[in-house]
Amino acid sequence: MFPAPIQEASAPKRYAYYAAIVIALIFWLLPLLAVLLTSVRSLEDFNVGNYWGWPKEWKFSNYAEVFQQTPMLRYMLNTVIITLPAVAGAITLATLAGYALAKYRFRGNLLMFCMFVGGNFVPFQILMVPVRNMAVRMGLYDTYWALIFFHLAFQTGFCALFMRNFISTLPDALMESARVEGANEFQIFWSIILPLMRPALSALAVLIFTFIWNDYFWALVMVQSDAVKPVTTGLSALRGEWVASWQLISAGSIIAAVPPVAMFFILQRQFIAGLTLGAVK
Amino acid sequence: MNPPQENVSLQSEVVVPAKRHGISIHLVPWIFLAPGAMVFGIYVIIPIFQSFWLSLFDWDGLSPTKKFIGLDNYVALFQEEQFWTSLKNNLYWLVLFLLGPVIGLAIAILLNQKIRAMRIVKSLFFFPFVLSGVVVGLVFSWFYEPSHGLLNAVLGIFGLPSISPLSDERLVTPSIIAAALWPQIAYCMILYLTGLTAVDPEQIEAARIDGARGLKMLWHVIIPQLRPATFIAVVVTIIGALRSFDLVQVMTDGGPFGSSSILAYFMFQQSITNFRMGYGAAIAVVLFLIMSVFIAFFLRHMIRNERG
Repeated sequence: MFPAPIQEASAPKRYAYYAAIVIALIFWLLPLLAVLLTSVRSLEDFNVGNYWGWPKEWKFSNYAEVFQQTPMLRYMLNTVIITLPAVAGAITLATLAGYALAKYRFRGNLLMFCMFVGGNFVPFQILMVPVRNMAVRMGLYDTYWALIFFHLAFQTGFCALFMRNFISTLPDALMESARVEGANEFQIFWSIILPLMRPALSALAVLIFTFIWNDYFWALVMVQSDAVKPVTTGLSALRGEWVASWQLISAGSIIAAVPPVAMFFILQRQFIAGLTLGAVK
Repeated sequence: MNPPQENVSLQSEVVVPAKRHGISIHLVPWIFLAPGAMVFGIYVIIPIFQSFWLSLFDWDGLSPTKKFIGLDNYVALFQEEQFWTSLKNNLYWLVLFLLGPVIGLAIAILLNQKIRAMRIVKSLFFFPFVLSGVVVGLVFSWFYEPSHGLLNAVLGIFGLPSISPLSDERLVTPSIIAAALWPQIAYCMILYLTGLTAVDPEQIEAARIDGARGLKMLWHVIIPQLRPATFIAVVVTIIGALRSFDLVQVMTDGGPFGSSSILAYFMFQQSITNFRMGYGAAIAVVLFLIMSVFIAFFLRHMIRNERG
């Protein structure tokens, strides 16, 4: 193990190590702690210039105020409506594509794989004008579908890479023996491969859920009315209205951050498994 | 196109296999590939070419006719100062963002210990990665706020003068990059933590017996074994640097006076705010060409890995 286990070090060194971790952690989270503290501060505190001292009153009602006075709840709901079908669709298409790329040798296999991987890395701006025009022409501009379709399609690239790499690790012998028993290719996929993919499916789902949940650029380009706006552009618009009411901006930011953060803490193992695929080997 | 429908058609293929039984084995992979390749082609591959084509036109995005102007958009672009400022800032991002893997590795080494509560400590270091750019941007806007922000309050404790990071032309880009590094470092850290668990303990023991310790051990034994993690960390960091848009838009809108603009933001501003879609496409093409150098490099590496 590197570095050497701290348990083997002398007592003072050990305590220095613990102290170092605590200090590093405080520094690391400082900007966020500032926002947390500000989100429960009262207007009176601001008026007397008490920005960073102990709050005179813990004003948790700032959070209620965000929900009551702004369409924040609507924005969150919109994000859910956009995110869930896009995640489901991308994973479905990518599982099929990943299977083809992992288990069949055919002309164009590598080319298709490179298309998915390379396309996944392009800057969004090179897609922006044509994709936006397409949405306008199809009458989808400023609807959920504009974002659902785009995210679904774009994330299929990343998911295909992920699925292909995962399916490659499944032994070919499984498929061979099913073929000997007379199963056709689609039965093999459905009853042999798919059941083995549960861990990969959940890891991938958590990961792209966060990607899509956090999207800002496409929401900015494709939708504009409050009725369909997701939480990212919604929050950014509220910031303009709130001007310098930092207690509300802070509370709003925390609210917007909670779902992906909660998801991460609950499904940590899947999330990290998805993210670090390929970091070893 | 509709995802639920895709499900239905897949099921029918499986439930009634007899109908499909006669199809050639050569077609099978293409049947699996077709839906994914189609939507990816429509939304990602074809638009790349369309953008190249559009960059040759003068178009406001609304009127039905576009005026062909050849390379005039590019000629105008290369004469505009804002373009060069943005390009220079992209370069800053690219270079400073590489601190991500470096600091990420340092934190990973700090945290690679088996002690109680380490799991939660690792999570606390990592979770900024799951925050959206808007939230990160707002968090740091408040942190940097010149008159009441926490940064100046802390600087004050140490007797240092106040700064206004986001309205000072010299400080603005590094300040935004610092905010963007926050989640990026977290990402690199987690890649390295995973990499460290796979380092061969026998090699470490052997090196210890040979007297290698600390930095020497890190440089000669550990880092070479972390190559796969480093490769991914550097790739995602470079891509992330060139892709960044959210923080600039949220924190400064490219200001003050366009000094923190980057190509991604400049492109957005020209096409959406100023209705210069053809011109915007030209900017996107430049950004894409810069990016393709790295994409090509990555694909080459990946293909080599596949073959050997």
